[in-house]
Amino acid sequence: MDDFYRDFILDHYRNPRNFGHLAEPDAVAEDRNPLCGDEMRVEIAVDDAGKVSDIRFSGKGCAISQASASMLIESAKGKSLESILALGEESVLENVGIDISPTRMKCAMLGLGVLKSAALAGLAKAEPG
Amino acid sequence: MSGTASATITGDRDVRADFPILGERTSRGKRLVYLDSAATSQKPAVVIDAIDRYYREYNANIHRGVYEIAARATDAFEDARAKVARFLNAGESAEIIWTRNATEAINLVAWSWGGANLRSGDVILVSELEHHSNLVPWQLLAERTGARLRFIPVDDRGELQLDTLDALLEGCALVAVAHVSNTLGTILPVAEIVARAHAVGAVVLVDGAQAAPHMAVDVRALDADFYVLSAHKMLGPTGIGILYGKRTLLEAMPPFLSGGDMIRSVSYERSTFNDLPWKFEAGTSNIADAIAFGSAIDYLEAYGMENVRAHERALLAYAFERLATLEARGLALYGPHDPDRSSGVISMNFADIHAHDLASILDTEGICIRAGHHCTMPLMGRLDLAATARASFYLYNDRGDVDALVTGLEKAAAIFRLS
Repeated sequence: MDDFYRDFILDHYRNPRNFGHLAEPDAVAEDRNPLCGDEMRVEIAVDDAGKVSDIRFSGKGCAISQASASMLIESAKGKSLESILALGEESVLENVGIDISPTRMKCAMLGLGVLKSAALAGLAKAEPG
Repeated sequence: MSGTASATITGDRDVRADFPILGERTSRGKRLVYLDSAATSQKPAVVIDAIDRYYREYNANIHRGVYEIAARATDAFEDARAKVARFLNAGESAEIIWTRNATEAINLVAWSWGGANLRSGDVILVSELEHHSNLVPWQLLAERTGARLRFIPVDDRGELQLDTLDALLEGCALVAVAHVSNTLGTILPVAEIVARAHAVGAVVLVDGAQAAPHMAVDVRALDADFYVLSAHKMLGPTGIGILYGKRTLLEAMPPFLSGGDMIRSVSYERSTFNDLPWKFEAGTSNIADAIAFGSAIDYLEAYGMENVRAHERALLAYAFERLATLEARGLALYGPHDPDRSSGVISMNFADIHAHDLASILDTEGICIRAGHHCTMPLMGRLDLAATARASFYLYNDRGDVDALVTGLEKAAAIFRLS
């Protein structure tokens, strides 16, 4: 597990990309991990083609949850909402590039869950009626 | 019985040898450094053996059978109750009720005593540092009865502020307060709170889950009306706990759970109930674990509760001294920071390392600590903390464990590139 905390992980933890808020998000989702108190909020803007044109996340948590989210969110820009909904756990683990212990998988997957919730909210909003 | 335990207790090394799990190695081959006794304690061989012996030699239901092993089981079960009564200096064994744990004991009081005695507008007073188990049952009781909750404030160091206590006690029917904070280790001035609460006629429940394992408790000297504890935090098994209550209160209370064993006679229409303590023990009890808890008490008494406290106090002083070397690198300690005012708990954060990351890194060194909110979310909010890393000590910990903790923290600092 100590192999996990490599320089690029710590860099994403201390300097999370796309951290903050959008002025006018099209969809927002948030969640928390009640066991450790980690919180995360994702805000997305969607263009006419149904793709993520801008994205921000905010919250607080451990290096695993924050760095995993930062890398995932960065890669979500330009993706269609449908393709975000199709993302699996491997999309996080590929970014991280190392095995995560079972007890910390919840931390690593917090961002993925919130991102997909935001995409779902974006799709629901786009559907007429 | 206590002879077998005391024979092996001659110093720290031998105490470790009494606990089979402490001889185990982690998957990385590390010595197990167990610093999470505030969550649950490890068990000495005498306790594990007591469970084994019951099931192998005299497993039978209690209070019913006329045959030999049933009588033996009943005697052992009631003998364990008597040991608990003596351990807490209760007036009599009938004031000791077996429950699943401290949480169930609190719920028993909330439903039985609370349901019978609380009226709309009454005040339930708890402190700001309570474990959820000594808060949520009172929130639900307040909802059921129309009672109101008030809180004894804590300062930033986790010390209770008693200067407004008399005002808070106005209209108060019940005070529920921890004896020791599970998050910060603070030893609370329970005797003073009890005296001032009694002066206005309030009943006091003391949550001793974090105190009874670590110091001598005398419920009559405290004058607590109710005192609760969990066996698993004091060398006993999980699934068994205690409600101590004064006889006069317990006798006036209606049953909590109902069924077999708690009745005197039953007709199709109605029932009359058993005497104390069995009135509150519906159904077949957790016999094996109650008996094994008796063995845990034997072990603790052979060691001596004053010695437990002295050992942990010395360990805490040593830990504070060693950890002080890391404060310049951003180690923050919460709580009283004083071995005289604190039981064996150290709550901390290290620079910008999240408590969960700290716990993961320490885990690679075989060090078990707790990270999170410790079931005290309101207190964490009050102290403006999302999470802390908590190391907690017991009689089997030694200076080597503290040294390992410090080495582990230094490793975390290196991994996180702290200057």
